[in-house]
Amino acid sequence: MTAQVTRAGLLTTVQDLGRYGMQRFGVPASGAMDRHSLRVANRLVGNADTAAALEITLVGPALQFDSDTLIALCGGNLGAVINDMPLPMNRPVWIARGSRLAFGQCVAGCRAYLALAGGVDVPEVLGSRSTYLRAGFGGFQGRALKAGDQIDALVATQSYFQKLRESQAFRDNGFAAPKWSVRADSARLGSHPQHIRFVAGRHWEHLPPSVRNRFAGENFRVGTASDRMGYRLEGGNLERHDYGDIASEAVAFGTIQLPPDGNPIVLMADRQTVGGYPRVGEVASVDLPLLAQLKPGDTLSFERIALSEAQHLVHRQMSALAQIEASILAAGSQ
Amino acid sequence: MISANTDLSFSPLGDRALLIEVGDHADPATIARIRALADHLAQLRLPGVLDFVPALCTIGVHYDPEQWRDESEARTPYEMLIERIQRELPDITSLSVSEGPLRQIPVCYEADFGEDLTTLADAHGLSTQQVVKIHSATIYSVYMIGFAPGFAYLGPLDERLALPRRETPRSRVPAGSVAVANQYTGIYPADLPGGWHVIGRTPLQLFDPSLEQPSLLSAGDRVQFKPIGATEFRALQTDRQ
Repeated sequence: MTAQVTRAGLLTTVQDLGRYGMQRFGVPASGAMDRHSLRVANRLVGNADTAAALEITLVGPALQFDSDTLIALCGGNLGAVINDMPLPMNRPVWIARGSRLAFGQCVAGCRAYLALAGGVDVPEVLGSRSTYLRAGFGGFQGRALKAGDQIDALVATQSYFQKLRESQAFRDNGFAAPKWSVRADSARLGSHPQHIRFVAGRHWEHLPPSVRNRFAGENFRVGTASDRMGYRLEGGNLERHDYGDIASEAVAFGTIQLPPDGNPIVLMADRQTVGGYPRVGEVASVDLPLLAQLKPGDTLSFERIALSEAQHLVHRQMSALAQIEASILAAGSQ
Repeated sequence: MISANTDLSFSPLGDRALLIEVGDHADPATIARIRALADHLAQLRLPGVLDFVPALCTIGVHYDPEQWRDESEARTPYEMLIERIQRELPDITSLSVSEGPLRQIPVCYEADFGEDLTTLADAHGLSTQQVVKIHSATIYSVYMIGFAPGFAYLGPLDERLALPRRETPRSRVPAGSVAVANQYTGIYPADLPGGWHVIGRTPLQLFDPSLEQPSLLSAGDRVQFKPIGATEFRALQTDRQ
């Protein structure tokens, strides 16, 4: 056993990069809301991209560690403390057996990703360890973590950052972390309205010009009914419009649907596989992590970009991630 | 039949997915074509292609743009993937579009299981027996799986049974419920909220995440409902456990 949950928090689930290959059977992809933070956290502890981690939402849990464990915490700053000292984020941290990791006040963002070396050990269901809460399968028994649950990690293939574990700080404080950290988007997490880029979809040209103009000009607010399935956006003053019947077709992570009431819905990780509302377009996938870090009440605005630019940004982020990986690898083997 | 690849139109669905438009309205012929195309595409095992989503008139293709990179950046991953799909589907006319397998689904239409059967019959001036007869006489196509894991949209529904959804959806429709709404009939694979008119229930399990193929039905399958009594329903339900 690696850690025991001593306090549940609001919503902590096991997630990986998602369940693909099953959407033809109506099975949602699920997976991390902020995929980038999950990937960075996994790299920091030497895990493969496919490893599962904990997605922690707004009010985090408390965990008691039963063995020395290499972890990394990325994404939103949810006020994590280890043995009552602030837990440094975006870097590897060795946690000593008996230490207590707890979350307090949300400082910035909405979701934190806690990676354990080896990855969270839960069975794969339909090719993924992601939790799909609505149907109750995947992840930790198909549900959110609760007090008393015991979390295991798979055996790590890498032996990373061993020097940290031998340090005096590790013995004195029950944890040790390097001074360096990987560059995080934390500065952007605090900016409101958050700037989100999107690519126009195939219904864009059929939307009334006033709707198009307002969509790319007004500020929106994340509604309270927003969750892992979709973000409901309010306050954009898009007029009601009857778009008629649209044959249901595939939707993606970031598809912006426009129901007749004029309040857009951005589909997120637990989205259904198909949808029948007209679409404005899709959020550029490099900006989905920023969107996923918004909480109800936060504001955002949209800027339209070309598909070619969105895909160029994907490649740029991929190169940045490869650089991060190279520097971690160099540091980690020391 | 599709005459040439040029009949397929592509559009982006953001930077990680695209849509292939196969037809302009849902009917069994379009659905059969979509199934054949989706099966063929799946067999190509294109790199970085994650998922195919056959729907009413389209196939959605989810892909990883990180795996489609033109070093010169002259072409986008979207353009590269479309080119590849068009090249690898040389002649769609040669694709055999066969009928999907026929599945018989036992349904108990008795009052305990079909709480809206009388409402539907009354709305169309039919007897409940006539509704059952019409509903179970048609061989349906699975138009699409969507809404929830394993939820099958079947059509075409006989016009004599078409009815808009309930104004107020129910918060819980029991698993196995066979229902109608608009031009579709469908089966609830789990206890779900829903606004369709429930006319019966099947004892079969439509979705099981522990199976490699978790859904009993796939898009393009053909389905016929076989009326059964409550005794047989319970016997079949017991068999399952």
